[in-house]
Amino acid sequence: MSAVKGVLNWADARTGAGKPLRIAMNKVFPDHWSFMLGEIALYSFIILLLSGTYLTLFFVPSSTEVIYNGSYIPLKGVKMTEAYASALDISFDVRGGLLMRQIHHWAALFFIAAMMIHLLRIFFTGAFRKPREVNWLIGLVLLVLGIVEGFAGYSLPDDLLSGTGIRITEGIILATPVLGTWMSSLVFGGEFPGVDFIPRLYTIHILLIPGLILALITAHMLLVVLHKHTQFPGIGRTNKNVVGFPLMPVYIAKAGGFFFIVFGITVFISGLITINPIWLFGPYVPNAVTAGSQPDFYMGFLDGAVRIMPGWESTIFGYTLSWNLIVPAMILPGIVLGVVGSYPWLEAWASGDKREHHLLDRPRNAPTRTALGVAFMGFYGILWMSAGNDLMAIAFGLSINSITQISRVLVFVLPVLLFFITKRIALSLQRRDRDKLLHGIETGQIIRLPHGEFIELHAPISEEEKAVILSKVDIQPLPKPELVDANGVRRKGAWKLIAQAKVSNFFYGDNIPKPTLAEIEAAEAHMKHGLEHDSVHTETSALPSSTNH
Amino acid sequence: MKFPSIKRRHPVAAFFVMLAALGVTTAIYAAFDSPQVQAAVTSDAQIAAGKALFAEGCASCHGLNAEGTTDGPSLIGVGAAAVDFQVSSGRMPMATQSIQAPRKAPVYDEAEIAALAAYVASLAPGPSIPTADMVDYSDADVALGGELFRANCAQCHNFAGQGGALTQGKYAPELHSATALQIYEAMITGPQNMPVFSDETLSVEQKQAVIAYIMEMRNADNPGGLDLGKFGPVTEGLFAWTGGLGLLIAAAIWIGVKAK
Amino acid sequence: MRELDSHTSNPNRPPLAPIPHELRRTDVDARAAKRAERQVAAMFGMSAVMAILFMVSFALVDPKLRIGLPVIGTTYLLNVLMGVTFGLSIFLIGAGAIHWAKKLMPDSEVVEERHELATSDEEKVLLSETFNAGVQESGIGQLPLVRRSLLGALALFPIPAIFMLRDLGPGPGDTKFNTMWTEGTRLVRDVTYEPIKADEIPIGTLINAVPEGLEELEHETGNLNARAKAVIIVIRISPDEIVSQQGGTPDEPWDYNGVLAYSKVCTHVGCPISLYEQRTHHLLCPCHQSTYDMADSGRVIFGPASRRMPQLAITVDSEGYLIARGDFAEPIGPSFWEVRK
Repeated sequence: MSAVKGVLNWADARTGAGKPLRIAMNKVFPDHWSFMLGEIALYSFIILLLSGTYLTLFFVPSSTEVIYNGSYIPLKGVKMTEAYASALDISFDVRGGLLMRQIHHWAALFFIAAMMIHLLRIFFTGAFRKPREVNWLIGLVLLVLGIVEGFAGYSLPDDLLSGTGIRITEGIILATPVLGTWMSSLVFGGEFPGVDFIPRLYTIHILLIPGLILALITAHMLLVVLHKHTQFPGIGRTNKNVVGFPLMPVYIAKAGGFFFIVFGITVFISGLITINPIWLFGPYVPNAVTAGSQPDFYMGFLDGAVRIMPGWESTIFGYTLSWNLIVPAMILPGIVLGVVGSYPWLEAWASGDKREHHLLDRPRNAPTRTALGVAFMGFYGILWMSAGNDLMAIAFGLSINSITQISRVLVFVLPVLLFFITKRIALSLQRRDRDKLLHGIETGQIIRLPHGEFIELHAPISEEEKAVILSKVDIQPLPKPELVDANGVRRKGAWKLIAQAKVSNFFYGDNIPKPTLAEIEAAEAHMKHGLEHDSVHTETSALPSSTNH
Repeated sequence: MKFPSIKRRHPVAAFFVMLAALGVTTAIYAAFDSPQVQAAVTSDAQIAAGKALFAEGCASCHGLNAEGTTDGPSLIGVGAAAVDFQVSSGRMPMATQSIQAPRKAPVYDEAEIAALAAYVASLAPGPSIPTADMVDYSDADVALGGELFRANCAQCHNFAGQGGALTQGKYAPELHSATALQIYEAMITGPQNMPVFSDETLSVEQKQAVIAYIMEMRNADNPGGLDLGKFGPVTEGLFAWTGGLGLLIAAAIWIGVKAK
Repeated sequence: MRELDSHTSNPNRPPLAPIPHELRRTDVDARAAKRAERQVAAMFGMSAVMAILFMVSFALVDPKLRIGLPVIGTTYLLNVLMGVTFGLSIFLIGAGAIHWAKKLMPDSEVVEERHELATSDEEKVLLSETFNAGVQESGIGQLPLVRRSLLGALALFPIPAIFMLRDLGPGPGDTKFNTMWTEGTRLVRDVTYEPIKADEIPIGTLINAVPEGLEELEHETGNLNARAKAVIIVIRISPDEIVSQQGGTPDEPWDYNGVLAYSKVCTHVGCPISLYEQRTHHLLCPCHQSTYDMADSGRVIFGPASRRMPQLAITVDSEGYLIARGDFAEPIGPSFWEVRK
């Protein structure tokens, strides 16, 4: 014990970390499963670093041709690159190598899937609002880097699917206006496929991008510490506090334990379920391709967009613009990233709200945001599905042409439909919340009043539920701006204010206002009197937005 | 008919048979395969039996004399191999008119199939049923088969022979229900929309290698565990989102739930 | 029973949250607490056992030993054993720790106050004073020559780094406009490199082909660049079904008796395509479903491709083998800025 103390004293004398450490130990973490999604991503990244380091011990990132002579019989004697041969050796001639490859690949899928679902949680609960806008942006960049990193990893083993992916990438690079052929030539060190690409990609995959991801994760976590965690509404949970468990000891055990859980589950799955069986694909040769050439899921929406885009090209002064690639592979991701990245500022601009928000929104209480999110999921989902149109055609006995045509329509129609449906549902839920506050919940007990009327008894809702419902923040749309000043002169930049008011109305025009305290007290008083329900009836039905009964 | 089968490798033989075939047929669906014309022993009785079966089960679509109708292509010159492939794999007779005949349990027994094949083969020369020697792949080069498979077959039938989509609802079927003989027959006759890989395009040894590779895939172990259907990243992504992330989130929920 | 929730045991803990709190079984029942303790210990113990099992199987199990498992099928025993034992060994540490936290550590929630992040106004004044004083002292406002030359230097110094990227590769030159095909080059079958006798090709045939000499060239150059551009498909269509071709005269047709050669490289993003439907004469790309009509000049009839599939003019040599009449007349593969120049 004294030895430990000695070491700690030594370290403290050189860092002064004692006090910050004590404060960190008392840091409070709110308990909710959805707050662990980012941790899944973080832990998957650590698993990726560990398993990736192991793989580098055996992988040879080289396009030099060799004749395979390992223990996988169906490829014996086949010409292939050293990259592919070494990936086969890892799979068949290194004990535990196949397990490590599978751990690395499964962890990569979990890493990106967890980031996506973490992003959705942040979005739908409004956790990106002030002061967390920059962390939202960092998270988005992390997702993009994760996708690029995953794609680079998918391309390295130089199997048939890898090579097909690189081939498609080259096609997209070539479509870049003006610079395409030069960029392709520089990236590939000459013509496709060349021998330079795999070693270059390897450096990017094991050094550049992981370094960037690590740096950004550090920034992401520092900001989380600085901002303290958000929390869901409930009794005793306000915008000014965090309620939960201290790091020492509960969250050391829970969050630390969760790392082992994520790692353990990933290893377990990797021992039982195949991923990326490169030996079945064969080595990459530019003259072969397989039916069902798909990228990993995170590239799916781009691949799907490229699939359903009509074959438009145009020429300008004899030069070719390949809209069939520029639109789905350059403009589309640009717009998606731009809109998603700027969303926190867009919403703040529409609401005019400058307050800090640490208490999470329930999705129903931000109907336009929720509807926009669901509409985006529909848009993304159609593109994503389109990347599997050939497998869907097989699985459901459909025509690939019809699926493509239908997707071309759905990708525009479905988001609009989803927007309106979601918004209506959210508003209905708001109404129900209001109703619960004012009328309690139905008990199923029917009683007969002296004058013969039958009514159902209503019981007040629990304190916890009441606190949750009352957490709603009613935001009024910005008023129509004054377009002329006191002297009757039209103000400069009036159009900006008009636009802001319009967007604000789009976001906050529909809202079921939370009942006022007076209304709630009146309602509660009536509920206590139980049998006087008829009077509650008449009173509340006069309220503008109270429905049903 | 012995002459061409003895010297079937001879280029001149191939040329003559090709010319003869071109002269006889007007068929779209025809799959001319030069050399192995009529190797099997057939008798007039078998042909007659086949004609009777044909009139009963096939003529409504393919015409009384196999000349073809709007519902089915002419079978003149398709050869015994095509008949054996289509009928033994249950594709013919079709249950309903559809864009593509699916594989199903065969309707006719072996003798009936042989009779039908003999009858159709008697109409005009066409690829005959490969002999047992030709489909014997026991000594074939599996690795070469793999290379040929990836260059010629994988684009439609998928890297592991799991099948794939073609245009307008057509599809390349999975290969793991077919016998070695049926695979061979499919290559030389080009059933439905499959292109023809005659013995000149892909020699007998090369075909044996391809068959050996398909059989290797069929009986292959799954070194990494459950294979998720061998469809590539799509099913892996599905599992990652359902099984994988499902388990991880279940664990997260367990952590978040208060103990009783 | 341990009084974990009483504040006295840990005076430095953050204050308890003013919310209702229910006691757990382990808080009120000593036996339940003991049971939970044993469960946690069992998980940690099992984890250690699994780690040992891993090492034993690694050392003893033949890596090539197969095992038939339900659902999974035949697989490598060692891989399964390693995944399961190592996975459980790790998982059980986590499960034990969390079970411990949930059952035996304090479970009444505490509250931590938040504080405004923004700097106080006085501090902001100090900050801007400090900064402005610094600017003043540096003299950057009074020394325009220093300021401008510094800006110029800062703007220029990164540009050499961009220059250094120049030698990543040669310029594209005219590589996109020519392939290995020349007049008289024989067409040979892919993989086996055997020449193709024109008269041996039945209608409905598909042959994946490359130029003769490709193998040697690849050996020399050590790359697959020539292959990526030169791969073709050879098909035979009944001559009366050919609607149109991309060139040729009645005397010098681009086909040979219905034998047609087309590039195999999709004009969309370059996947090699040979999903050829011999009855419809359609060629479908498995990557993005571009579909070409090979009986009609290889024009695009569906999907995201825009340019038709380039045709290779062919004929036969004196021995009857297929040869090219020359290179492609238009660039093969994906479109690019200069493709129509």
